[in-house]
Amino acid sequence: MTHDPGYNFAYLDESTKRMIRRAILKAVAIPGHQVPFGSREMPLPYGWGTGGIQVTASVLGPRDVLKVIDQGSDDTTNAVSIRAFFRRTAGVATTERTAEATIIQTRHRIPERRLTEGQILVYQVPIPEPLARLEPRIAETRRLHAMADYGLMHVKLYEDIAKHGHIATSYSYPVMVNERYLMSPSPIPAFDNPKMHMMPALQLFGAGREKRIYAVPPYTAVRSLDFEDHPFRPIRAPHRCELCGSGDTYLDEVLVDDKGGRIFVCSDTDHCQERQAMREAAE
Amino acid sequence: MSAGTALAGFADPVLDSQAAFRAVLEAMSRPGRIQRLPVPPELPPGIGPAAAAVLLALADADTPIRLAAGAEAQAWIRFHTGARAAPAAEAAFVLDSDAGLLDLDPGTEEEPERGATLILEVESLSEGSGWRLSGPGIQATHRLAVAGVRDGFLADWAASRARFPRGVDVILCAGDRIAALPRGIAIEEG
Ligand SMILES: [Zn+2]
Repeated sequence: MTHDPGYNFAYLDESTKRMIRRAILKAVAIPGHQVPFGSREMPLPYGWGTGGIQVTASVLGPRDVLKVIDQGSDDTTNAVSIRAFFRRTAGVATTERTAEATIIQTRHRIPERRLTEGQILVYQVPIPEPLARLEPRIAETRRLHAMADYGLMHVKLYEDIAKHGHIATSYSYPVMVNERYLMSPSPIPAFDNPKMHMMPALQLFGAGREKRIYAVPPYTAVRSLDFEDHPFRPIRAPHRCELCGSGDTYLDEVLVDDKGGRIFVCSDTDHCQERQAMREAAE
Repeated sequence: MSAGTALAGFADPVLDSQAAFRAVLEAMSRPGRIQRLPVPPELPPGIGPAAAAVLLALADADTPIRLAAGAEAQAWIRFHTGARAAPAAEAAFVLDSDAGLLDLDPGTEEEPERGATLILEVESLSEGSGWRLSGPGIQATHRLAVAGVRDGFLADWAASRARFPRGVDVILCAGDRIAALPRGIAIEEG
């Protein structure tokens, strides 16, 4: 496949890609630290993950195989549009199979299948600053990161425990990267947090509106914040997937009729289909 | 036109830049693992293929460079990247074997990403023996043998690393191959 000659390769101009590439390299060298970059206007609205798209566009080469997921699914409008965008502007092959992808752009999930050294996971990030809701002044959050002063976040989680008896955060659950930087994992379910720890794949995070890039290199310690008497617990709905029978994947609740009937199915559609195929083969 | 600017840069500036960047990204993500870069077809004297490829891929008018590679190489890099010359202490990219790690810009506590990238040309790189590297990007330890770094490099490295998150990231170059040392990596002598 070749890319549409009416576009620059992967849409962005060379000087923008170079600037983003330099930001990515510094982000990798300082795991968990948010590096500012000069975000460009993209032909998609902000909510569609322009930060992730700019990171993908800067990393992508003609031999890559791209997978795009939105909430675990390959076939939402958002995921389909982003795949089509890169097929057209970069001529890359795309896939829905996690195992075949070299770059996976994601919104709100980490695939269930363990990622490998040959893969890069690119997260779309709406709010990169983990302290944003606790400290609105950007200059102040920057100072807190410089001093690794994360008392505010500990107080917030402890108030959760006092109020609810447990930590009530189930998405964007804050993590410490290499025991130095507090980082937002983007709005993935807390269930996915443990997958970030010592992942063989490189993890890159792009926030378009807030103009920040950050990274977790492969094999890097990622610890969900918790307390000795209230350890972190990755939560999932206590059900089995209706389609593949899985009891250890993250499930979405789906309404099946207008009488309130509901079932639980895997949010990771590729993984679920793979399991269904394995099940059929075994029967 | 000087001899330096008569030579082309990358054969395919867009795709070679992408491939060179990916090799540097892979190197920076997996410290001590050796990567091969696409290199320019012709080079001026004074600069090796990998060092040239790194600069062609990443430098531009926004990145002041300190280059101690001779007038021709300097003219060639400036022509193809638009990067202006700067003293070592103010440069984003430094290719100067006399520059000490501690003499370069380490960034600030709030903006550690401003820390310089030092491109060091060495005699040879090989994996499996030599230094023991550990830290982010490395599962347990990784061995990297480097011939041709100056005396005192490891002592400087330890002092530089102690400033984390401030610091300097190093790209070691030999022929068309590189290995990277991001600023936070621990290095023990082999
Ligand atoms: Zn399932």
